Amino acid sequence: MDEGLKSELQKQGVFTTSLEGLYNWGRQNSVWPLQFGLACCAIEMIATTMARYDLARFGAEVFRPSPRQADLMIVAGTVTKKMAPQVVRLYNQMAEPKYVIAMGACAISGGPFKQGYNVLKGIDRYIPVDVHIPGCPPRPEALLHAFMTLQQKIASQELTGPNRPRHLNADAPSEFPVPAFGEHDLVPAKNSELWQAPAVARS
Amino acid sequence: METLEEIKSRITHALPGARVEIIPNESPSGQRSLLVDREHAVRVATLLRDAPELALDYCSNVTGVDWPEATMKTKVKKTTVVDGVSKEVEEIIETLRSGCLEAVYHLYSMSKKHGPVILRLRTENRTDHNHLPSLTPVWRGCEFQEREIYDLYGIVFDGHPDLRRILMWDGFKDFPMRKDYVEPDDYDYEPTPHDDVLEKAKRHRAAEVKA
Repeated sequence: MDEGLKSELQKQGVFTTSLEGLYNWGRQNSVWPLQFGLACCAIEMIATTMARYDLARFGAEVFRPSPRQADLMIVAGTVTKKMAPQVVRLYNQMAEPKYVIAMGACAISGGPFKQGYNVLKGIDRYIPVDVHIPGCPPRPEALLHAFMTLQQKIASQELTGPNRPRHLNADAPSEFPVPAFGEHDLVPAKNSELWQAPAVARS
Repeated sequence: METLEEIKSRITHALPGARVEIIPNESPSGQRSLLVDREHAVRVATLLRDAPELALDYCSNVTGVDWPEATMKTKVKKTTVVDGVSKEVEEIIETLRSGCLEAVYHLYSMSKKHGPVILRLRTENRTDHNHLPSLTPVWRGCEFQEREIYDLYGIVFDGHPDLRRILMWDGFKDFPMRKDYVEPDDYDYEPTPHDDVLEKAKRHRAAEVKA
């Protein structure tokens, strides 16, 4: 629809929208996070939900204690190799549409523990991450910004065509293999279909 | 509190046959410790806990140390006579230190408000004779910390009520805090490598190019 006509109609008190716009508007304003935290980032996440920062303004105040009722997984904190299979399993148990925010240095890359023996080098090796937030820990404003970024991402999704979101595409996977505990490391060490090492400029 | 020498003589008095050694500490803290043999460790620990003058009723910390085999170099000054003139010459003596695993216990007294007394137990070697007596029956608080040492250093504590891995999963085979731990090669993405990490990233890249 022509933007000028739309705005002209709005002045007359007539609101027009597309089904896609309405659908996405509803989805983006009722993203319910899964209630779990892994480390110190979880404290910032809790602060974000409290009155001072008030995540409820974005329709996301209802932290669900069950993955079946949650839309958003905030991976808040260090993902140890012992915890990684449980995180992937929780993600698999969430119903589509589902989103992931990797919060903090540890969740996106392993952070200060990257070269340790027990910390996963980023949760994006096993599950698809929509928004990464750096920081150690990120401030509540950063989480709000990540949340708004996710809302913009949802709002811009086309419901038909090749770029349609995963939950409307029967061929796209919604579950990802849960890594097993090996003798020396998790098996496999990463989901190669999901994550490839980004090219690093080397001299 | 009694000095370490007094504690040592108290132990050897009460338990003839117990081998107790005072380990010096040359660091600024000067905190010396008692090395106790494996056979008498539980009885020595019970004695330290129950002696009314000591009453070391609280084990605040248990930790592990890995001592790999190493050649120790010590400098010794010697006077030699060369052509009728005595000269002072420095000589380096190399001694082979056999490797072992060590558990260190920090003991305090809550009732007497003194401490710490530091106990050390050493295994025979780092490979097959890696057993130590558990002091959990003496101080209940040692339980999780001995499990952690078992998990990360591979010391088997005989007499421990529930010796399982605590931080890593059950099927894990390595002991990550040992000096010779070989970590899995997952250096596939190191955007800002330096020092050790740079070397490991280079090795990973070389292996990748070969494959």
